[in-house]
Amino acid sequence: MLNQVLQLALSGVAIGSVYGLIALGFVLVYKATEIINFSQGELMMLGAFAGFTFVSLLGLPYWVSFILSIAFMFLIGVLLDLIVLRRILGHSAFSIIMVTIGFGYFMRGIVSMIPAWGTDTYNLPTPFSGSVLRFGGLALSGEYLSVIVMTIIICVILFCFFKWSRVGVAMQASSQNQLAAYYMGIPVRRVNTLTWGICAAAATFAGILLAPITFVHSNMGFVGLKAFPAAVLGGFGSLPGAIAGGIIIGLIESFSGFYLPEGIKDISAYVVLLIVLVIKPNGLFGERLTKKV
Amino acid sequence: MRFIFKTDYDQDIKLFKHAGAKFWYAVLLAVAIAAPAVLGKYYISQLSFICIYSIAGVGLMLLSGYAGQISIGHAAFLAVGGYTEAIAVKMGLPFPLSLILSFIVAGLIGIIIGLPAIRIKGIYLAIATLAFNFILEEVLVRWSSVTGGNNGLMLDHAKLFGVAFKSTDSFYYLSLAILVIVIVGVLNLLRSFTGRSFVAIRDSQISAQSMGVDLAKYKTMAFGLSAGITGIAGSLYAYKIRFISPEQFGVMVSIELLMMIVIGGIGSLHGAVFGAIFFISLPELISLVKNYLPEAIANQAGLQPTIFGFILICVVIFQPEGIYGWWIKIRSYFEMFPFYRKATFKRTKTFMKSDRLS
Repeated sequence: MLNQVLQLALSGVAIGSVYGLIALGFVLVYKATEIINFSQGELMMLGAFAGFTFVSLLGLPYWVSFILSIAFMFLIGVLLDLIVLRRILGHSAFSIIMVTIGFGYFMRGIVSMIPAWGTDTYNLPTPFSGSVLRFGGLALSGEYLSVIVMTIIICVILFCFFKWSRVGVAMQASSQNQLAAYYMGIPVRRVNTLTWGICAAAATFAGILLAPITFVHSNMGFVGLKAFPAAVLGGFGSLPGAIAGGIIIGLIESFSGFYLPEGIKDISAYVVLLIVLVIKPNGLFGERLTKKV
Repeated sequence: MRFIFKTDYDQDIKLFKHAGAKFWYAVLLAVAIAAPAVLGKYYISQLSFICIYSIAGVGLMLLSGYAGQISIGHAAFLAVGGYTEAIAVKMGLPFPLSLILSFIVAGLIGIIIGLPAIRIKGIYLAIATLAFNFILEEVLVRWSSVTGGNNGLMLDHAKLFGVAFKSTDSFYYLSLAILVIVIVGVLNLLRSFTGRSFVAIRDSQISAQSMGVDLAKYKTMAFGLSAGITGIAGSLYAYKIRFISPEQFGVMVSIELLMMIVIGGIGSLHGAVFGAIFFISLPELISLVKNYLPEAIANQAGLQPTIFGFILICVVIFQPEGIYGWWIKIRSYFEMFPFYRKATFKRTKTFMKSDRLS
């Protein structure tokens, strides 16, 4: 009984880290540009396809491909900003959200049209595949362990980046008030370009780690919609909150899938999200800022 | 060039700003009524879809375009309307009453979803509606004793006083009539105190509140009305397809509705209709163009979303007021000829301010 609960908790944490990892991407963009990037899932999908291309089609070693795909997607992110987002800098959040939705559609369509990718499902072989970690009666597969470890690492890196680095602070400043940031001498445009590059790189990170779990296909970006509750639960502006939100969602799904009737598992995350939003409109760890009139 | 001399305050809230507008809308209505005489069955069927999506678009426009509350869950209200209609008809409720019932049921659910909107703002609200859409879709699948689960529900033709709207043409007239009623109703609403309160809330919550607008009341009211109108569209949709199942009302449909009103032109009822026309005719255009494209591209399933996404991005960058804004520009070019200057519609430079602080 206790073992069962522990196993459920463990798999909940593992799935939760997956959500947390994607949610990190949302939070990153939101913190730096105050935009909800609806194409995060699709960027992740594109990153996974890049990884798949390097590993399976070109036959490069896993870690080399990992770095190459991240570099490639960083460029894609920078290009997105240079070609599109820079033109609508300063517009209402709503228009920018619509643009990211447009990106999502565009990328999903394009990927399904590229000959070697198409609409098929692919597996991405990794060094962790097949290994299972056991302690006591508990089991955790290597893929999930890699996700948990990587999520923690990237979270710490990003947290330190926003807390202490000059660029990180500049990013936060330009998200809170673009005009004031300009006055303070922050090159808002360049900061935003960098943000989108990092955002796409983070999405790739998530995509490649998720590839062995969800497989690579043109619709894998829909997991991104599942990561929304995680990001919101933690409060959109908080990096540790995203991880915590992800783990909470993972635990809820894991337990409700086991103890509650079928079908509740898939919506439990959204039910909890609605309840939390009604009680705490800024999420569990959201910043509380009020405006003085 | 036309100058409107204002001699009366009521002129500001007139439905038709000048006699010319009255004339052109009458022409448009006449063309819409005469369409079945000219066009084939297939095109009339597509026109009914345009009417149905326009109604849904008007509903969403009222909420997102006028009251400024983004909803990514409007397909859920479409579903509520459709299912209410199907179940009400099955229980023997006659047609116009069942349509009113779906308006009321969808509206009530809209009010319930709108309640959190009193506290939740902006993006959090958008995500709350997204969550609601997911939950409702799952409820429709699981509550199979009422909704038929994944097997869905079948509907008969709509019947009004014993006469069934069996032919494509008659159903088109039905949808057109309801669309006109909805548009006139919403136009009247928008020029009333309520409608102007919506716009005030959209433009600045704080100033609306200072002017005595009850935020909680008008926000939930916007949600209720918007959901109700979308519910009507859902009923008509159910009659049109005559089969409804949960996957027809997924989150992607909600996002597409939102795309539709943005491409059409956010913040105007014309935009909702233009958006619906665009949304229905794009697949037709694509299938026309397909014949001229190389084989490898033409037969791809991904072609449509790619073009859709591309157009959406282009619209937001180059033409943020959507198709309607484009229309306005063309119209004023001819109205002001030869004095039209590009700078007339130049956008002022704006800087984004944090939403977190409002």
